Amino acid sequence: MLVNQFLILGAVLFCTGVYGVLARRNAVMVLMSIELMLNAVNINLLTFGLMVGSISGQVFALFIIAIAAAEVGVGLALVLLIYRNRSNIDVEELDLMHG
Amino acid sequence: MVAQNIAFAFIASIVALSAVRTVTTRNIVHAALYLVAVLAGLGALYVMLTAEFVATTQFLVYIGAVMVLFLFGIMLTRAPLGHLDDLTGKQWPVALGVATALAAVLVYALVDAFHAAELPRNPVIYRTADVGDSVFSTYLIPFEAVSVLLLAALIGAVVLARKD
Repeated sequence: MLVNQFLILGAVLFCTGVYGVLARRNAVMVLMSIELMLNAVNINLLTFGLMVGSISGQVFALFIIAIAAAEVGVGLALVLLIYRNRSNIDVEELDLMHG
Repeated sequence: MVAQNIAFAFIASIVALSAVRTVTTRNIVHAALYLVAVLAGLGALYVMLTAEFVATTQFLVYIGAVMVLFLFGIMLTRAPLGHLDDLTGKQWPVALGVATALAAVLVYALVDAFHAAELPRNPVIYRTADVGDSVFSTYLIPFEAVSVLLLAALIGAVVLARKD
């Protein structure tokens, strides 16, 4: 198997996530797109770990999974707070700090 | 080798198509289910990359816990179920342009750097026991830091979401 087939899949997933973050209006969908980006990083770490024969790739992938879980927890709590204050979670209406 | 490549092509096409549907579908619950397909396919690819423990964790944490959190998020914010036309903003052509340009740069850089580099035919296989050894020796301090981070995230989520 080529190294590049995994890395390019990771790149495509990451760009799909970037599109989702930029284009989606629902805050929960933005969080889902961030999950896509984190998973793209994981596949890169595992590929490089296998390529150089090191275990660090797997350990760092585990750390990223843990951090993604923490991020979703806090992110959804924030989304709930926004929903409670404004009764919708459209990110385009969150322009309080817009100059 | 051929069988591996066929398996990769099959799983990777499912992952890529589901990822695109996750960010383009007009139904929020469908987006969550497509995300499950992406995560499960990636779990299968992790097995192909000889990372059995990461694959197991992917299934348990992502498909188990994170997806349940997402579904709770969808339902607690009373997202209208069914087809919605306002899930994607007016700025989507710009977002598509940015994502395409980024993909072009990344793919060019990857092809330039690793054009035909192969993964080792007989790689060193690290089993779950080796991962455990490594986490609790070399990476003990980062592991403890992640524990503190998870605790902070837990408390933060409770503080943010509680009604007072």
